Amino acid sequence: MSTISAGAGPSTTSRGPRPSSEPPTSLRSTRPRYGEKAAYAFLVVAAGVSILTTVGIVLSLLLPALQFFREVSVLEFLTGTSWTPRFQQKSYGVLPLITGTLWTTAIALSVSIPIGLGAAIYLSEYASTRTRKIFKPTLELLAGVPSVVYGLFAVVFVGPVVLNQWLGIEVGTFSVLAAGLVLGVMIIPTVASLSEDAMSAVPRSLREASYGLGANRMRTVLRVVFPAAISGIAAAIVLGLSRAVGETMIVAMAAGSQAKMVTNPLEGGQTMTGFIASAALGDSVQGSLDYYTLFAVGLALFVITLIINLISIRLVNRFREEY
Amino acid sequence: MATITAEPMSDARPLTAASHGERNPQSLVFLILLWLSLAFGLLVLAVLLVTTFLDGLPRMDSALFTNYASQLNPETAGARAAILGSALVIGVTALMAIPIGIAAASYLEEFASRKSRFAKYVELNVQNLAAVPAIIYGMLAAAAAVAIGLQRNTVLAGGIALALLILPVVIVSTREALRAVPQEIRQGSLALGASPMQTLQRQTLPAAIPGIATGTILALSRAMGEAAPLLLLGGLVFVQFDPNGLLSGFTTMPIQIFNWAGRSQEEFQQLAAAASIVLLVLVIAMNGVAIVIRNKFSNPR
Repeated sequence: MSTISAGAGPSTTSRGPRPSSEPPTSLRSTRPRYGEKAAYAFLVVAAGVSILTTVGIVLSLLLPALQFFREVSVLEFLTGTSWTPRFQQKSYGVLPLITGTLWTTAIALSVSIPIGLGAAIYLSEYASTRTRKIFKPTLELLAGVPSVVYGLFAVVFVGPVVLNQWLGIEVGTFSVLAAGLVLGVMIIPTVASLSEDAMSAVPRSLREASYGLGANRMRTVLRVVFPAAISGIAAAIVLGLSRAVGETMIVAMAAGSQAKMVTNPLEGGQTMTGFIASAALGDSVQGSLDYYTLFAVGLALFVITLIINLISIRLVNRFREEY
Repeated sequence: MATITAEPMSDARPLTAASHGERNPQSLVFLILLWLSLAFGLLVLAVLLVTTFLDGLPRMDSALFTNYASQLNPETAGARAAILGSALVIGVTALMAIPIGIAAASYLEEFASRKSRFAKYVELNVQNLAAVPAIIYGMLAAAAAVAIGLQRNTVLAGGIALALLILPVVIVSTREALRAVPQEIRQGSLALGASPMQTLQRQTLPAAIPGIATGTILALSRAMGEAAPLLLLGGLVFVQFDPNGLLSGFTTMPIQIFNWAGRSQEEFQQLAAAASIVLLVLVIAMNGVAIVIRNKFSNPR
C-alpha cells in the first residue's frame, strides 16, 4: 500500500497548475532508482548464465578433445570398430560405444513410445478430470525415481527374475536388453506428459466436428486429434530419444562395461555414457591420453544430443504456433 | 500449464461419453489397449517400489543412518556421510539455482522485448540445456573447477554441477508460473504508479510463488537423485567423514548406492536397496509436497 501513496501523492498535487506541455516529464520518476537499475542488471546477468553455460560446455569438451585428436585421427575415432583405450593394444574406434547406445535407445523407445502414447491418449481423451488428476502425477513419479534406483532394479530384478525366470530369456548379469527395458520405463512419462499436453491443446471444435460427422471416439482420436497434435507428439518422442541417449546410471549399472560391437541385445555392451562413467571412476591422470579420451567421447555425445535437441525445439515451437 | 490448456475439454466430456460409447469391438479393444498402457506404467512403479522395499528392509536399521561406509563389514556399514553430503550439496544447489533461475525467468517473461536478440539466444540456450545429458554437466564442473584452481571433489563443485543441471528446469517452470499470473494484476499495479520492478517484486512474483515452488521442488528432487555429473568429480566413492564446508570432500546417496550396487556380495546389494528406500522416501515426499501445492493453488475446476 505504501507504493500507492508514495507514487501517487506528488503527481496529484502538481497536476492542476501545470501547463499542458509538461505532463510527459511529470509522469517520469523524479529521482533515479539505482536499486532498480542494479536489480535489472542482476536479472540480465542471470539470464546470461545459460549462454555462459553453453559456452563453458563447448570449451570444456572441445579443448581436451582437441588434445585427443592430436594423437588419434578423427577418421580412426569415427570409423574404428574396436574400442580398447585401457588395453595394452590400444585402439580408439568409437563405433562399439555408438552401437551400445543405439541398442539401449532403440529398446527403450520401443517400450516408451507405445506405452507412453497409449497412456497419453487415455488421460487426454478418455479419463475424467478426477481420474486424470490422480493418475497423471502418479505416472510422472516414474520420471522422479532416481536413476540409480532404476539401475539396481534392472540388475537385481528385471535381468535375473523377469527375463530369466518369468520369460525364460537367457541373459547374463549385465545385458543391453535389461538396461534398455528399464530405460524405456524411465522415459514413459517424458513421452506421455508432452504428448498429453499436445493433444489437450487441440481445440474442442475439431472433436465436435468429427463427432458431428458421425465418427466415434476411437476414430476421432486416431483421425483428428492425433494428426492435429502430431508435431507436439513428435517433439515428445524426440525428447524421449534425447533422454535415452544421455542417461548414464542405468546403462552404467545394468548394461555392462565391455565395449564391443553390440549385435545381440541379450549380451552386455557399453554405451557412450557408460564408458564416460566407468572411465571417470578409474584413476586416469589429468593430462594423459586416457583423460582426454573421456572428453572426446563426451564431445561426440554432446554433438549427437545437440542435433536431436535442435530438432525437438523446432517441433515444439511449431506446435506452439498452431493453436 | 497443462491444467490450463486442458480446461475447455472438461465440459465436452459428458457429451462425448454419453453419445459415443464403445459400441463396436474394435474401439473396445482400442480402449482396453490404452487402459493397459497406463496400467503397465503404474504396475512397474508398484513392482519397483515393492521389490526395493523387500530387498532393503533387513538393513533398515539405525546403523544405516549413524555409521560410515565400510568395505569390510557390510553388516554394520551405513550411509551417514552420504546422507549428510546429499543434504549439504542440495542446499548449495538450491542457493545457487533458485535465485538465478527466478531472476532469469523474470527477465525473459517480464522485461525482455520480443525483438531482443539476447532474449532469443537465452531462450534457445535454455531449451537446449534442458535436454543436455546430465553427465556433460559433470565434465563442465570438473573442467571449470580445475580452470579456477579448485579441487574437483568438493561440495562447491558438486553444487555448481547440480545447479547448472536444474537451472533450465527452474527457469521453464518459473516462466510458466509467471505467465499464469493475470495481466490485470500487472496493469493495476502499474496504473497505481508502481515501477515495473516494484510490480514484479510486490505483485507478480508473490502471485506466482505456488507455481515456482512446485517446479523448484521437483527440480531439487531430481538433483537429489542424480549421480552421473558427480561421478566426473572423482574421489567421491569412498568417504568416511562428515562433510564440513564448501571445500570439503563429500559423497551423496546416489553415488553410495551406485558403489554398493556394483559389489558382488549379497550384503552390499541389501545395503544399496536400504539406501534406495531412504532416497525413494525423500523423492516421493518432495513430489507429494509439489503436487499438493499445485492442487491447492491451481484454479478450482
